[in-house]
Amino acid sequence: MDYLLIQVLNGVQLGLLMFLLAAGLTLTFGIMDLVNLAHGSLYMMGAYFAWTLIGWTNSFVLGALLALPACFLLGVIVEIVVARRLYARDHLDQVLATFGLILFFNELVRAIWGPEGRSIAVPAFLNRTVNILPGVPYPAYRFALIVVGTIVAILLAWLVARTRVGMLIRAGASNRRMIAALGVNIELLFSLVFGLGAVFAGLAGLMAAPIASVKIGMGDDILIVAFVIIVIGGIGSIKGAFVAAMVVGQIDIVGRAFLPDFLKTFMGAASASAAAPAISQVLIYIVMAAVLVWRPTGLFGQRT
Amino acid sequence: MKRTLLAAATIAAILGFALPSVQAQQSVKIGFVSTFSGSQAAIGEDMRRSVDLAVEHLGGKMAGKPIQIVYEDDQFKPDVGKQKSEKLVQQDKVNFVSGYIWSNVLLASLKTVVDEGDTILVGANAGPSQIAGELCNKNFFSTSWQNDQTPMAMGEYLNKKGVKSLYLMGPNYAAGKDMLAGVQRTYKGKIAGEDFTKWPDQLDFSAELAKIAQVKPAGIFIFYPGAHGVQFLKQYVQAGLNKTIPLYQVFSIDAITLPQQGELALGTLGAQEWVNDLPNEQNKRYVADFKKKYGVYPSYYGAQSYDAIMLIDSAVEALKGDLSDKAKIRAELMKANFKSLRGGFKFNTNHFPIQNFYIQEAVKDAEGKMTVKTIATAITDGKDSYYQKCAMK
Repeated sequence: MDYLLIQVLNGVQLGLLMFLLAAGLTLTFGIMDLVNLAHGSLYMMGAYFAWTLIGWTNSFVLGALLALPACFLLGVIVEIVVARRLYARDHLDQVLATFGLILFFNELVRAIWGPEGRSIAVPAFLNRTVNILPGVPYPAYRFALIVVGTIVAILLAWLVARTRVGMLIRAGASNRRMIAALGVNIELLFSLVFGLGAVFAGLAGLMAAPIASVKIGMGDDILIVAFVIIVIGGIGSIKGAFVAAMVVGQIDIVGRAFLPDFLKTFMGAASASAAAPAISQVLIYIVMAAVLVWRPTGLFGQRT
Repeated sequence: MKRTLLAAATIAAILGFALPSVQAQQSVKIGFVSTFSGSQAAIGEDMRRSVDLAVEHLGGKMAGKPIQIVYEDDQFKPDVGKQKSEKLVQQDKVNFVSGYIWSNVLLASLKTVVDEGDTILVGANAGPSQIAGELCNKNFFSTSWQNDQTPMAMGEYLNKKGVKSLYLMGPNYAAGKDMLAGVQRTYKGKIAGEDFTKWPDQLDFSAELAKIAQVKPAGIFIFYPGAHGVQFLKQYVQAGLNKTIPLYQVFSIDAITLPQQGELALGTLGAQEWVNDLPNEQNKRYVADFKKKYGVYPSYYGAQSYDAIMLIDSAVEALKGDLSDKAKIRAELMKANFKSLRGGFKFNTNHFPIQNFYIQEAVKDAEGKMTVKTIATAITDGKDSYYQKCAMK
């Protein structure tokens, strides 16, 4: 039972991290109709900014907080310099241009921070385990990730559902032309949304950094999963991204934690341990395909 | 107008005829495939630095001919590695191909180089079991090891140490499978569990670590090269497992990863065929010059690359620079008549080294930098377990 609880928490923590990354992606895709492959680069830049700022301030929390406005600024710059020119183009042009951005950012990081990768230490006050139940230890940093991720998700839900900006974002996601026709400053809104997406991506990157490592291309691997999440959740839907991220987080953990033992109940140990990683690797794609058959626009997507 | 035309014609003539023929005859051209971009670029950088140092130590020449190294980036992808290998063989017409960190990249590129290109390949890291066994080739030589061997050395050591049970973890690709098979070949204790994780994109090991905490084995054995080793060690410590279950590793704590792992790695044991403190003259010179030039310790990736260049040099020197007869080159390479950084080795019939393996511990040096030092010899003159499947005798 304790073991099950820990694995569920692992799934939640993974899901929240994925949600932060997917939130920005689904907003830019849903509102600007922009396929932004470089979203993973913003995730990477968040981690590198945090690494530098933590070095300067000597404090994890302070460095992390300062990295967020830096990410926002970077997002706005990318929007103005590159992304803005792509909205009217078709998806292939967008893929090409944002793929170019990935290469650009990877080389930029190599030039500034070097090829070898950096590491951010877990802050001292979190470098221990907490007992979530008596006698059930859980890494404190991962627990903190769950807390921060939940708070940010609630803030985002409030922003989208209860504020004027959120109203415009939702309106933009369902009908872009209409809100432009109504005289909303669409350029400003787009810059803002892009910057916001960059902040969430950067936050995910810097929070993942102490668990993983800060390295070139760190966002490229995780980006594919983020795309799966926004497709399952429905493009443009924050709620969808959240639900899908939670589902994908749990599926991933189930595939890794329980599938090998489950397979062993009806096949040999050797073939089970060979088959399990292969199956868990494709599990989320199978779920994505199933969701698309059932609901072609995703769980919470706009019906068209 | 006339003059420009004439100049252009002259340049064209030089470029078109003179240069290639002169170069083809005078330089020894070596193609070097490794990973120079992305998350594992640090490994490729270490190899490139060592190759550059080897060329420097050779005075830039082999048998009086200038050495020309053509570096190609496989981007950590088998398909790209194959394309780049093809380019080196077909277009650059190199005399030798070397490098290759990853078993899956090497397996994808092998045929292109040794069969279709009939070019000699000196592998500087990857050692998939297939190439040691049924896929062995007269044109393939290795200055590293067969994948199973290093974990086999660890397994031997764990037997001596009396570790009763072991939980195995590694990535789900050619080398990961070889490594976990290797440790089970020698380790006689109980296998408490085995997990293959997604390669190369799994960054989170929380599910597996929770499983290990549940099973409570007497030790954990891992194979997570480069950036993945950094990730694993951090999460292992964060989960608090370092206090209860000791970690044993191959290729996961080294000069590439230690700057990031820092003190988390202290005291962790690993196995390797080369360690920076091996007491032979050429190794002392290599390590000292590398540290002086680049300010960091070299890794076994670099040492094996350095050896690859020196092995090639031994053949070129013996043939006085005449590289026209491939059979003669192979015969010279087979002698392994050079001063290896690991203190010399012989080639087995499958062209893999017969060599020692050592146990190393992660420690701090006098200056407070993290490094590894040799604490024991695990295997003496070890042969890999596949050479009998190789058709070459």
